[in-house]
Amino acid sequence: MSAHDPIELAAARPDFAAIAAWIPKGASVLDLGCGDGSLLRFLRDTREVRGYGVEISDANIVACIRNGVNVIQGDLDSGLSGFETQAFDYVILSQTLQAIRHTEALVKEILRVGRAGIVSFPNFGYWRNRLKIIRGNMPVSRELPYQWYDTPNVHLCTLHDFEEFCAKQKVQILNRHVMTGGSEVQVLTNLLGSTAVYRFQRGP
Amino acid sequence: MDASDNIGMVSAQRATFDIPLVSRSGAVLPRYELVYETYGTLNADRSNAILVCHALSGNHHIAGYYADEPKNVGWWDNMIGPGKPVDTDRFFVIGINNLGGCHGSTGPSSINPETGKPYGSGFPLITVEDWIESQARLADLLGIEQFAAVLGGSLGGMQAMQWSLSYPERVRNALVIAAAPHLTAENIAFNDVARNAILTDPDFHGGDFYQHNVVPTRGLRLARMLGHITYLSDDAMADKFGRTLRAGKLGFTYDIEFEIESYLRYQGDKFAANFDANTYLLMTKALDYFDPAREYGGNLDKAFAAARANFLVLSFTTDWRFAPERSRAIVQALLHNRRNVSYAELSSAHGHDSFLMQDKHYHEVMRAYLERVAGEFK
Repeated sequence: MSAHDPIELAAARPDFAAIAAWIPKGASVLDLGCGDGSLLRFLRDTREVRGYGVEISDANIVACIRNGVNVIQGDLDSGLSGFETQAFDYVILSQTLQAIRHTEALVKEILRVGRAGIVSFPNFGYWRNRLKIIRGNMPVSRELPYQWYDTPNVHLCTLHDFEEFCAKQKVQILNRHVMTGGSEVQVLTNLLGSTAVYRFQRGP
Repeated sequence: MDASDNIGMVSAQRATFDIPLVSRSGAVLPRYELVYETYGTLNADRSNAILVCHALSGNHHIAGYYADEPKNVGWWDNMIGPGKPVDTDRFFVIGINNLGGCHGSTGPSSINPETGKPYGSGFPLITVEDWIESQARLADLLGIEQFAAVLGGSLGGMQAMQWSLSYPERVRNALVIAAAPHLTAENIAFNDVARNAILTDPDFHGGDFYQHNVVPTRGLRLARMLGHITYLSDDAMADKFGRTLRAGKLGFTYDIEFEIESYLRYQGDKFAANFDANTYLLMTKALDYFDPAREYGGNLDKAFAAARANFLVLSFTTDWRFAPERSRAIVQALLHNRRNVSYAELSSAHGHDSFLMQDKHYHEVMRAYLERVAGEFK
């Protein structure tokens, strides 16, 4: 099977499957920090979305083009001024929130350009991360693969942090899906979940 | 040159069109010829054709070399050939010398059959739209209903764009490289200085210098020198020439002293010996006039509403003549029209000329995109 077989990919990237579950067929999607375009390709193959990715890295631009998805090279920290207001059904920020410098501004932009937003990020409150810190080191794991001195991550947060942030920014959380190693976590999510995916819209 | 990946020996072909071409200016060319070259093989359903449009000083000879001129290698040979990003093993690639050119297609230096003399000042101003019209007739002649891709850099990129607007159904992909939706005032200003250099040369004779057996070499040379400065970047010039003096010391004369002076004059002389002054005027005017948004009150979104192609838009970071924000304006208009578009901003030190350079990442992007294009007709 190919690396892009949707079934295989859904198993390897449970956050993709969680995101896809919320997206209706044929929706328009903007994927910020789209990496090699795997998610967009997955959504195109499984949900028939029309979409674009935004990506800064040269290597990923080539990878996106190979994956057959639209990609616009650009820096998320300089805003989404090229995109029209309410141009997309969903704006996705998959495993990129923690690497954004101007988080507040970007979340505002996400909800200007999109009717709803979806973010996924590694939960810094996950017990293994806490344990590493108690032992005296910054966590390095599958979700957080970088050494402290060589990481793009500047704004790591816990589920509590993110939810407080949303409340303060008048962002209404519609759904939450917390996972560890592909399985959904229902209890003590901020302690037992390693990754979270949120769907949100502008608050009332 | 590595001969192994060169397309090898090529030859130009010629097509004659007897149906009058009414140019945008209203002037009529009753008959015209286009020279062109083709590389690779047109497949059975004629779906693998790529048209490569040339820039200001380009022509139809884009790859390979001529039997009698082994050193005359096509101007985009690093991009086009077997196994290259524009892969002639998969695509049928066409290069055309634009109408008004001076490399074989009918232009101001051609003989006007009505007078038996060169057209000179009598040759109409040709616009990008007119070029597309003339190229479409060649496509008809070759039996190509729809191009797999139309591509080009600079003025060539503008033609790729115009193709997607003039003939939306005939272009599956448009690759628009180092281009702009229209020239800025600064760009027109540079073109005007270049034109003035030619127009005020005493040997220009109002465009009819052919009869006087002279060539406005000084004007053409100055025009090219000025143009050349704007195609490079400050950094590229600093790197290549710096303040190096040819004699190693100041000469206290107005002769050539700095390396950059020597380089520019060499480029100017070389160009003036091979290029037609009227063609230069015509090409710069076509650049100035190009502005698909004009008939939509300056609204580029509306101008692109007709486009159906998928787009790849590329810009280069040090290109100040056709800066990245100019390409981003094209991308925005395409996004607003929900067209399929990918955009890459390529790091390069070589300014506007970057689109002609061999750069690993640039060529990777082109290759990746064109592999996708090839996948569409497999």
